[in-house]
Amino acid sequence: MNKKEKWSLSPSLESTQHVSIQKQYSLYINGKWVKPNSGIYFPSINPADESHLSSVAHANEKDVDLAVKAARAAFPSWSKLAPSERAKYIYRIARVMQEKSRELAVVETLDGGKPIRESRDIDIPLACNHFFYYAGWADKLCYAFPNRKVEPLGVAAQIIPWNFPLLMAAWKIAPALATGNTVVLKPAESTSLTALKLAEIIDEIGLPKGVVNIITGFGDTGAALVNHPDVNKIAFTGSTQVGKIIQKAIVGTSKKATLELGGKSANIIFDDAPIDQAVEGIVNGIFFNQGHVCCAGSRLFVQENIADKVIRKLKLRLKSLYVGNPLDKNTDIGAINSKEQLEIIKSFISVGKKEGAEIYQPTCEIPKKGYYCPPTLFLNVAQSHTIVQEEIFGPVLTIQTFRTIDEVIQKANNTPYGLAAGVWTDKGSRIFNLTTKLKAGVVWANTYNKFDPTSPFGGYKESGFGREGGLHGLAAYTKLS
Amino acid sequence: MKRIEILKTYKIYIGGQFPRTESGRYYTVKNSEGKGLANICLCSRKDVRNAVVAARKAQGVWAEKSAFNRGQILYRIAEILEGRKVQFVEELILQGQSKKIAQSEVDLSIERLVYYAGWCDKYNQILSTVNPVSSSHFNFSNCEPMGVVGLIADQKSPFLGLISALAPVIAGGNTAVVLASVDYPLCAVTFTEVIHASDVPGGVVNVLTGSLTETASALASHMDVNAFVTSNLGKELNIPLQLSAVTNLKRFYEYSEDWNNSTAQGLHFINDFQEIKTTWHPIEQIGGATSSY
Repeated sequence: MNKKEKWSLSPSLESTQHVSIQKQYSLYINGKWVKPNSGIYFPSINPADESHLSSVAHANEKDVDLAVKAARAAFPSWSKLAPSERAKYIYRIARVMQEKSRELAVVETLDGGKPIRESRDIDIPLACNHFFYYAGWADKLCYAFPNRKVEPLGVAAQIIPWNFPLLMAAWKIAPALATGNTVVLKPAESTSLTALKLAEIIDEIGLPKGVVNIITGFGDTGAALVNHPDVNKIAFTGSTQVGKIIQKAIVGTSKKATLELGGKSANIIFDDAPIDQAVEGIVNGIFFNQGHVCCAGSRLFVQENIADKVIRKLKLRLKSLYVGNPLDKNTDIGAINSKEQLEIIKSFISVGKKEGAEIYQPTCEIPKKGYYCPPTLFLNVAQSHTIVQEEIFGPVLTIQTFRTIDEVIQKANNTPYGLAAGVWTDKGSRIFNLTTKLKAGVVWANTYNKFDPTSPFGGYKESGFGREGGLHGLAAYTKLS
Repeated sequence: MKRIEILKTYKIYIGGQFPRTESGRYYTVKNSEGKGLANICLCSRKDVRNAVVAARKAQGVWAEKSAFNRGQILYRIAEILEGRKVQFVEELILQGQSKKIAQSEVDLSIERLVYYAGWCDKYNQILSTVNPVSSSHFNFSNCEPMGVVGLIADQKSPFLGLISALAPVIAGGNTAVVLASVDYPLCAVTFTEVIHASDVPGGVVNVLTGSLTETASALASHMDVNAFVTSNLGKELNIPLQLSAVTNLKRFYEYSEDWNNSTAQGLHFINDFQEIKTTWHPIEQIGGATSSY
């Protein structure tokens, strides 16, 4: 082969033949599919090519009320059911999800734009495992909270974002059911489909009616759910801005809340780190799921003496990233979740340029249709830059340098957020020095963006409160006395 | 001839020092017969901000002390308090408490300090987990203090209530800005002298006096305060504070406890002011040797 000839990738498309998406989805309330009172269905768009996937019901206040009533009616018998029996239902959900995992992965990618590699290997397996993990807790709660009486809270209102649709549904529903609560779940408007597929699975396994209700809609649906007087618990994952609105809305009520909110997490590279591995970690930290990750490593800190080398290697690596059809197994960066989000990212990029930061984007072919954004680096940025301070929620990385450990700790902690951080160094004692001093709920050493059902996740400061996953995730859904 | 008593000036406590309020103002607390007991500092919002700065500065120092050492220091507070018990009983009586109840409240306060002293090097063992993740990582979740805690002392149980809410906060490595009971502040101020003599680093506990309408909202809305706690304050006063606390998503707790109760203490009070941090650390996987060798 001629050395000068450019290698190109042969498309390797995941099949969509085996997938069933209905033309229209109603609301799943009290074990039945019911038409919305609003009479409105809105389109669900594939962000990869702007094609119409399905129509989804827009629940209004009346629909929310019906769903909460169904959850309330189901609560007494569900919470009194023998915990080992409760567990069996949750195990069933996990098993059927595993059986249908490929279909769920394809739907997730079609609906949300994330690369099939990620939905197939990360989102869906983690979602299944989450149900499997929490199923086993149902009859062991007395070991989780020794010397305390453990009771469920009641009806849990759960509002989830569009970046990990099915995984977030699992994070919310699994611990709520294991502890004996009933659920009303509202997925994000741009990614309702896998939650509705989950409703089909819940129906299929015979979960008692009303225990899980899934209603679709926009922010007004979520607001009606939060403000419903008969809800006992709010679990929300989304922006800090909306988190604060929710927190304000429930003041003076007895509603409990857990909030998983925004982040602007630091990824810190020391000069003794294995550089090539660290460069992969930087890429995974910020470009995983197009940067639509609340814990994305969006602020890179590189020790000054290796900065040139790291930046050179990082730019080279960016050139080989494949931006394109999410269904293609070659794809590294898929489609931006929605047109609105693409506009937000673009406006941050233009603010970055306006404020004087130096931009780097590799030249890459981007599909003509659909919502795409090339991987983007910003160099020569300061703490005060908007793009360093605010969450962009896209494939945009800011790069700063540091000299000493104290300096980087101060810079890393200088943010109202506190969700996650990454540290890259060969020295174990230094890792623990940093992980102790970084104000963040999750710290990854020599890795980034790793998740596991046994591992609690959640933030400090304005990244929210409460933990999801692990033993600590049970506390969010229990009343202890 | 009767000796002329030396009367005590009740000052506030910020960063390990006993200043007067920067505002120079005072109010007079009276007993039930209307007799003036003392002129107390009427603190301002500026005092609140100064106290938060002191608490923030001390927080890292306090959190990085060994858990064992923190336990010893809390125990030391109890020791010193035991030695000055009479003074606290007298102050409670001055403020209208019966002798019997005053004595039992001070006793219980000392017991409570000893109870939480013992927790300092234990709670993290109980509240932490090692998480068996599926990847090749050592993964654990442990407690870290939330940071600076704003604390409105129980207005009706000005000493036992204060100790019961404060002890778990500082046992967990947090620092506190305390707003003392408005009508019964004597013990809270005198308690700062006990703190001062107990090897507690300056700034770990800061105590302000004065009107809650002036100071409470300033503290609840302060962007550098991480958590907030009130005791038996009532819904009406709590709601505006909770709304202010949303500005930086403070963790907010409104306790309604009878602090005389033996159940009004426990690990969960410490847990309320802890964040859980999860750390992922890689495990090297190179050779083929297994643990069965």
